[in-house]
Amino acid sequence: MSEKTTFSIQQSLGLGLAGFLLLYTLQACYRANGGDLPDRSHTNRSQAGDTLGHPSRFGFGRPATAREIAVLDIDVRPDGLGLPSGSGTVPAGKGLFSARCAACHGVDGTGGTGGRLVVTAFTAKEKAIGNYWPYATTLFDYIRRAMPYNAPGSLTSDEVYSLTAYLLHANRLLDSTAVLNARSLPKVVMPARKFFVPDDRRGGPEVR
Amino acid sequence: MALNPKINRRTLLGGAATAAVAIAHTSVAKAVQVGISEKELRADDPTKAPGPLPGERGTRSPFEKAVKKPSDISSRTPLQDLYGIITPSDLHFERHHAGIPALDPAKYELVIHGMVDRPLVFTLADLKRFPSVSRICFLECSGNYRGRGTNEKLSPQDICGLTSQSEWTGVMLSTLFREVGVQPKASWFLAEGTDAAVMTRSVPVAKGWDDAMIVYAQNGEALRPEQGYPARLFLPGWEGNASVKWLRRIELSDQPFMTREETSKYTEPIKDGKIRQFSFTIDARSIITYPTYPAQVQKGWIEIRGLAWSGRGRVTKVEVSTDNGKSWQTARLQDPVLDKAHTQFRHLWPWDGRETVIMSRVTDQTGYVQPTLAELLAARGEDTGGYHLNPIAAWRIRPDGQVLFRPENWK
Repeated sequence: MSEKTTFSIQQSLGLGLAGFLLLYTLQACYRANGGDLPDRSHTNRSQAGDTLGHPSRFGFGRPATAREIAVLDIDVRPDGLGLPSGSGTVPAGKGLFSARCAACHGVDGTGGTGGRLVVTAFTAKEKAIGNYWPYATTLFDYIRRAMPYNAPGSLTSDEVYSLTAYLLHANRLLDSTAVLNARSLPKVVMPARKFFVPDDRRGGPEVR
Repeated sequence: MALNPKINRRTLLGGAATAAVAIAHTSVAKAVQVGISEKELRADDPTKAPGPLPGERGTRSPFEKAVKKPSDISSRTPLQDLYGIITPSDLHFERHHAGIPALDPAKYELVIHGMVDRPLVFTLADLKRFPSVSRICFLECSGNYRGRGTNEKLSPQDICGLTSQSEWTGVMLSTLFREVGVQPKASWFLAEGTDAAVMTRSVPVAKGWDDAMIVYAQNGEALRPEQGYPARLFLPGWEGNASVKWLRRIELSDQPFMTREETSKYTEPIKDGKIRQFSFTIDARSIITYPTYPAQVQKGWIEIRGLAWSGRGRVTKVEVSTDNGKSWQTARLQDPVLDKAHTQFRHLWPWDGRETVIMSRVTDQTGYVQPTLAELLAARGEDTGGYHLNPIAAWRIRPDGQVLFRPENWK
């Protein structure tokens, strides 16, 4: 994934981090001068200044092995990091969807107790994959960790790739002959992506 | 449970027709004997038989009926039935994404890995060995508003019951960050739960260095299972879902993971077709908890009470209007007034018995004044959906003393 795909979040975070570091430095200055922090009444922050007597490390906990991390580390990033080997197709996904998903999401994913997944018009009012989800990788990540609702974590990687392929195809975002795998999935561009912006509320009097 | 049920009061009194004879003092200090009938000696008089002995665990009075109001995905705190600022742990609101897991604390482990110098595994006992901090904070779901439509029979629990407050105890996440050696380039971390949704959220690392905690206790005892037992992330002032419960893993990264919850769910459409993402902070809100539906009030003095809070700091002012917003009076703030915490307000008001509308609005330390729903919609557009809605809530008091919610007209 290119750096552009994280839009301006890193930039805004960078500013936030810089602000935090500035504040942190200021607090350290206050402590070094023996003065109290301004407006400390009712700060409700019992941790303020608590770390002064801390050692650099406590030595608690044990090293995590690569193997135990690998078992737990199932997340998939938009750049594809975390996608497993394997592949899936639209026809295979269609069959799986009928068997494992349609009871809650409706035939063809058009709605049920588990919510609508498929829209064929981008301007549809309901939030579904085709008109609201900004990243295709999120589909794989979420189906693998949490679906089907009554048997989460029961699908193989190939099955998850196939369901992802089917749902993207049903939302008119993937050709029926496409094969999804760790290389092709991150390349699927979601139409809603360009609408997502980071939080623009900043506190202060303005209502946003 | 009496000590010896065979010894009842009648036995003790000798079975006399007159159940008791008392000495009464008249207004001129003359002592007279007064016969008291059996009827006047109440059968349930608690002074006439010893009560239960001390036990292992207390219980609520059976007369107290405050309960949460559950739906399939959440359960709401009965704000109108509570006092002070601490929510009893078993009345704390619930919101889960695939139910409550049953976790054995002896098997609990938290793994921290990714962009760190030393990936480490902490048991619950390990977490408790670190310096322990406690903090009183609210926790609120970003979807905490109902009030659209025509239904006047809504209580604070219905409108705003997805907020609760506890004293949380645990270890600062910054302490664990130092322990694992978070690398300077790490800008986000993934928090992951052990529930059946394997719930995940991406959180800026700056919050971890600032005031995030890993908490294992709530109001003086272990976390309740509904609140993430045996350990959860806690992000003061931020929308509840990001404080991932039943926390099993933290992965440091240089970008957000764009999980389902932070893309397709906990985001809100705003103006110009944009969708606001990572809107973590809870804006200031207040709500009157008395008098509100279903209360019935009488003409005369009424103490209007409620809660106010802000995810951006302290509450600095709460104003109450008793004339449908035409004029506002400053309410008293009940100590303690804490950072990112429910604060109680009180306003004494003589009701003249005429129909009126009462409401409250909070100002926080950043100068933010709680808006009306119309102001929120003007800022975000009519299609903004249900997240981060913190409008002023109004209550209509009818001449007969019935208090009703004033619903908002919104498509």
